[in-house]
Amino acid sequence: MELLGLYHYWVFAVLLMIGFYAVMAKLNLIKKLIGLSMFQAAVFLLYITMSKVDGGTAPIIQNGAENQLFSNPLPQVLILTAIVVGISTTALGLGIVVRIKEEYGSIEEHEILEVDRQ
Amino acid sequence: MITALAIVRTPNLFVAVMLSGVFSLLLAANFFILDSPDVALTEAAVGAGISTVLFLGALSLTAEHERAGSANRFAALTVVTATSLVVIYATLDKPPMGDPNAPVHQHVAPWYLKNTPELIDVPNIVTAVLASFRGYDTLGEVFVVFTAGIGVLFLLGANPGKPAQPSRTPALDSTKGLRHYLIPRVVGRLLVPFIVLFGLYVQFHGDYGPGGGFQAGAIIAAGIILFALIEGEDQALRVLPQRALMGLMVSGALLYGSVGVAGILLGGNFLDYSVLGSNPVAGQHIGILLIEIGVGLTVTGVLLSVFFAFAIRGKS
Repeated sequence: MELLGLYHYWVFAVLLMIGFYAVMAKLNLIKKLIGLSMFQAAVFLLYITMSKVDGGTAPIIQNGAENQLFSNPLPQVLILTAIVVGISTTALGLGIVVRIKEEYGSIEEHEILEVDRQ
Repeated sequence: MITALAIVRTPNLFVAVMLSGVFSLLLAANFFILDSPDVALTEAAVGAGISTVLFLGALSLTAEHERAGSANRFAALTVVTATSLVVIYATLDKPPMGDPNAPVHQHVAPWYLKNTPELIDVPNIVTAVLASFRGYDTLGEVFVVFTAGIGVLFLLGANPGKPAQPSRTPALDSTKGLRHYLIPRVVGRLLVPFIVLFGLYVQFHGDYGPGGGFQAGAIIAAGIILFALIEGEDQALRVLPQRALMGLMVSGALLYGSVGVAGILLGGNFLDYSVLGSNPVAGQHIGILLIEIGVGLTVTGVLLSVFFAFAIRGKS
């Protein structure tokens, strides 16, 4: 039972590693970016699972309800903004990829390196 | 997780992007189950909606298929396995999920939960923390988003001075966008106003329910992107020229900053809203409303500018 309570960390770890693998092993730049955003998503998941409290509810105060147990609002705030910042940086990355494609005619890492060597 | 594996495996980038949209939506559902409606709303609007569109925009400018071969696959697998073992080992002394005694729940969070009603009196504690207690962080994040938007415009070239299409004729030629497909067009046209309306609701209801500037900005941007996809980018740019979008970006960030400065001028600290109203709580309400509008404007402006930058690039 002790170990079963930790399974969400392993989901996080596996997701994180899938993203990490995509960043390292794939040569396609867009695939790398998708991997990077998956890595991000795994971190978001970790934070949100940390904010969960057993028997708690969403941190919105309701009139007339006494002694409610709320989930932790702080990780939620952090991740909320991190998602939007994440999409902006991804957009920046995609912009760079598009420029690379225009300059080198390819978005595959090894082909770009070959052009550079010439 | 299965979706994630499939994303990495497939060589077709189009399929990968679509699957990552599905992945985001599942993630959003997961966030909702974990009591974070605010985060779920953001993830659904941003991850499943806008990031998919942006990736597709980039794909249309590059190649759809990935070349075979990943050079150092075994090295990568080794590193990944080693790292994941370390990560899993590190989780062994973590508190189990949902444990109310976990260290995360002992720090400042209880203080926020306890004092929000009397200091700020906004039902949604996430909004209170985001906009008031941690207003500095949010200001910084808005500027990060703003900077990223500027960066994309620099990279892809915005040309706000010139109108995107020199011809003044209304876009009646039926090849633009999805105009020649009847069903997407009718359904889309019906949906756009409701999406934008929902975005506004999320914006102004953020104090009371899940919502706020970040989510609203993403939702409104998604609605307008839908309009652009249906009617063609030219039509959308005629309604909302790029100059106006840049105006949105800048004015949002400026509004946020100036609320902070107004706090100083009225005798408080930077981003201290208490001095804005007749009493501290009313001041907090005004301050939160204003900066959420600022956040919403900037996010909408940045996301739309980025989308149009990709779309216009594809044309020329």
